[in-house]
Amino acid sequence: MMTCSRYRSGDRVRVRDDYPIGHIRTPVYIRGCEGQVVRYLGHFGNPETLAFCLPTEPRELYKVQFRQVDVWPNYEGSLMDTVELDLYDHWLEGDHSQ
Amino acid sequence: MNHNDHDHDHDHDHDHDHDHDHQGDDKVHAYYQILGQALKELLIEKGVVSASEIRTAMERRDTITPANGAKVVARAWVDGDYRARLLHDANSAVAEFGIEMPTTHLVALENTPAVHNVVVCTLCSCYPRDLLGLPPAWYKSKAYRSRVVHSPRAVLHEFGTDLPETIEVRVHDSTADMRYLVIPMRPEGTDGWDEDALRTVITRDTMIGVSLVESAV
Amino acid sequence: MRGPHDLGGLDFGPIDPDEHPLTFWEKQIDAIRAVIGAKKIVSTHENRRTIEQLGHDAYDTLNYYERWTAALQRQMIDKGILTQDEIDQRVAEVRHRLLETGEMEAP
Repeated sequence: MMTCSRYRSGDRVRVRDDYPIGHIRTPVYIRGCEGQVVRYLGHFGNPETLAFCLPTEPRELYKVQFRQVDVWPNYEGSLMDTVELDLYDHWLEGDHSQ
Repeated sequence: MNHNDHDHDHDHDHDHDHDHDHQGDDKVHAYYQILGQALKELLIEKGVVSASEIRTAMERRDTITPANGAKVVARAWVDGDYRARLLHDANSAVAEFGIEMPTTHLVALENTPAVHNVVVCTLCSCYPRDLLGLPPAWYKSKAYRSRVVHSPRAVLHEFGTDLPETIEVRVHDSTADMRYLVIPMRPEGTDGWDEDALRTVITRDTMIGVSLVESAV
Repeated sequence: MRGPHDLGGLDFGPIDPDEHPLTFWEKQIDAIRAVIGAKKIVSTHENRRTIEQLGHDAYDTLNYYERWTAALQRQMIDKGILTQDEIDQRVAEVRHRLLETGEMEAP
């Protein structure tokens, strides 16, 4: 997809470790975790504002993959296992190690 | 590194039947039945919704079943070009069957010998309803929503599905506008089967990802 | 620090595999929610938010469609479509009808 999105497939990103109160579609279990962008999903209205009938501007949405062993300290499963979430770009930070 | 929530807030982890006052709960449940009826009557009387709109919506729910998803998967099994279209733009591909999904962004996930996909919505219970109908109670349950992200193999085992460690189990948490449909792997022993026959073995649970299509051998 | 709905990573025990087909009442609430959504009276985002705001105890006590019913009540009042008084009055009437006739629906 031709796009000027902030991230591209393969980019490493970190989920913000913040805990605002509101309608947040970034589950707490993934906050602070590092993963890899799988793909750009397009732009959508921000649910955090839409939930309160507030004006919204489009946000970029990304499918991000995380290794399960990076998410759960005592993960019981294969090292290969992953979890993917659809996350809005304002919840993502570029990986500092890049 | 993420914090582990297993140690926090145990009151909310345990089965609430042990903590709650049963009689109090019964009264609450009774109230909500009555409240539902009361709201329906008031909304119809005020012209917010009509009885026929409600009936039509209920009928629609009865007519949409996992057979929709099975049609799509069966086609993907027999037609490589269709599979490619489905993986590239699932909304357009399912529209070829007359399945319109105007408000849903569908993404098809292909199971392969290397990757097994399983879908959840931990935050509520988002589900590809236009393809699979109403979600089963277990999909909406706190047990599934809480556990499949951190113990997918244990959850799959509960459904009778065990996968070797060499296969990646990939859990998809539907946290935004995408709805996910798993394309299970075509089992052995189905060579030469037509699409009608193939549809009969493609169940709802195989398209959520908790089950594998049974081998026909 | 998680809302009552944010369950990923917790452990609510074994999964009950029973289908528990929807009751008529549950299908009806589902349908009412769909009609209200289609008419753009309440969006999916607002609905989720209202349910999340029910609080931990309500979220734990109420089952799935009871939460939708609770949210619908809240939304209709917040949007000025119904008042709490009207709802309370109608609840009393339905309850009385149920006691008298054994049926919730008006004859």
